[in-house]
Amino acid sequence: MKRIHNFTCIVCPLSCQIELIEERNKILEVKGNRCKQGEKYAIDEFKNPVRILITTVYIEDGILPMLPVRSEKPIPKSFMKKCVKELSKIKAKAPVRCGDVIYENILDTGINVIASRDLIRRK
Amino acid sequence: MRADIVVIGGGPAGLASAVSAYKEGIKDVLIIERDMELGGILPQCIHDGFGNFIFGEMLTGPEYAQRYINELKKTEIKIKLNTMVLEIDSNKRIIAVNSKDGLLEIEAKAIILAMGCRERTRAQILIPGERPSGIYTAGTAQRYINIEGMMPGKKIVILGSGDVGLIMARRFTLEGAEVEGVYEIMPNPGGLTRNVVQCLEDYDIPLYLSHTITNIEGRRRVEGVTVAKVDSKMKPIKETERFIPCDTVILSVGLIPENELSKKAEVKMDPRTGGPIVDERMETSIPGIFACGNVVHVHDLVDDVSEAAEVSGKGAAEYIAGKLKERKIPINVKNGRNVRYIVPQIIRAEKFDKDIKFYLRVKEIEKNTRIVVSSNEKEIFEKKERIVRPPEMIKLNLSPEILNKITGNELTIEVKK
Repeated sequence: MKRIHNFTCIVCPLSCQIELIEERNKILEVKGNRCKQGEKYAIDEFKNPVRILITTVYIEDGILPMLPVRSEKPIPKSFMKKCVKELSKIKAKAPVRCGDVIYENILDTGINVIASRDLIRRK
Repeated sequence: MRADIVVIGGGPAGLASAVSAYKEGIKDVLIIERDMELGGILPQCIHDGFGNFIFGEMLTGPEYAQRYINELKKTEIKIKLNTMVLEIDSNKRIIAVNSKDGLLEIEAKAIILAMGCRERTRAQILIPGERPSGIYTAGTAQRYINIEGMMPGKKIVILGSGDVGLIMARRFTLEGAEVEGVYEIMPNPGGLTRNVVQCLEDYDIPLYLSHTITNIEGRRRVEGVTVAKVDSKMKPIKETERFIPCDTVILSVGLIPENELSKKAEVKMDPRTGGPIVDERMETSIPGIFACGNVVHVHDLVDDVSEAAEVSGKGAAEYIAGKLKERKIPINVKNGRNVRYIVPQIIRAEKFDKDIKFYLRVKEIEKNTRIVVSSNEKEIFEKKERIVRPPEMIKLNLSPEILNKITGNELTIEVKK
């Protein structure tokens, strides 16, 4: 039996309403998206929804107490809360540069967590 | 002290305008910023979704700011941090203060206003009840969590579904707090659809449309709120009232351009945007005073802020070089059917040699529409839009070819069925 899944694309503010038609897990058609990224988004949402992990970690000796971090690549949505919890246990050390790896291979996803800004040392 | 261009505010608008003026050949540029670092609100917007249009990739707020800060470091643009501008006047004289230099008086050839906006608070939406601690605007809560590393509460009710409120619903949830729900007085969400999806639906946070808070209870700390459904006139329906225990109320009820300085300089304001009236180069009613970003009107996306800021930087550089040729009577851009506001509000250029970008917001949701630009009742441009929504800004790019079809001193933009 053919089944229709509806998704609202989150790639850009256009928020395309995308329809994905599938039969026994085989994707037959993706429509309603206005760009290629939308098609990829709908397929990911159907197979394995992913998001960029975003949170903060404590940082020692920095001009600010918190360092914003993100995953290098999107991670499965279901991992989000566990990852944030894991990252709440660590402490980075200033100075860091935007893009520095702060945590390697988070929860065995193969994906690194990186700093999302420069943070200099407190004088 | 003197400077060719003084940019007031070191957020995304200030950064992009300063860099663009510099690239146009004005080397003597000074940015004045009241915070301890550049970036404006971006350093606390740690989520992704920035830069899709400008850089073609998804960046977080701090990363987006970092790109411009790195760009700035390659220039000789001067920066004064921890410095508050107290006054500007129509002669482009600036009074500022900081703890190192004391009182500063700066004479500028051109000024770019880039002060951004601020959040509406409880006082502006008149929620009755007690005044306990535990009531924050969404941006304040965001600063506490993302910059200071402190949690404002454990059980949260959010009033208003603006983007910052939606983002904070997710942030609170990820940090272990319980978000009871988001209550929106309007029948439609205030923020972008993508934020409703990835911030609320992803985490099963309920969104109650046509609902509001009618009372806040608690003597020292918030103990709970009363919520109610509202009728079509936005009046709370008494029978639908229910009490929700919580320790924190987050307000995400809109942003207002921050124009105290503009008003002091007697720049002409547009009551529809809450910002200065600007022309296509982002020049205000006072020659040599330009404005860009959220101080002009509140944008949805930082990419649009940077883009408009570049225009203002170029404009200020052209002004100093004396390159501008203006028509005697400016063209008045009129709001037609279902249009809440349009920026720019006037056009001053004598000849059209480059595109002009118009930003507009509608009053009401409408489907299958045409955005029509006309001059002297003759249609000169149209753009089809499947759906128009007040929270989503519409952009129109008009080429010189289209602009040359303007006759007289009037241009109307309207939404047609």
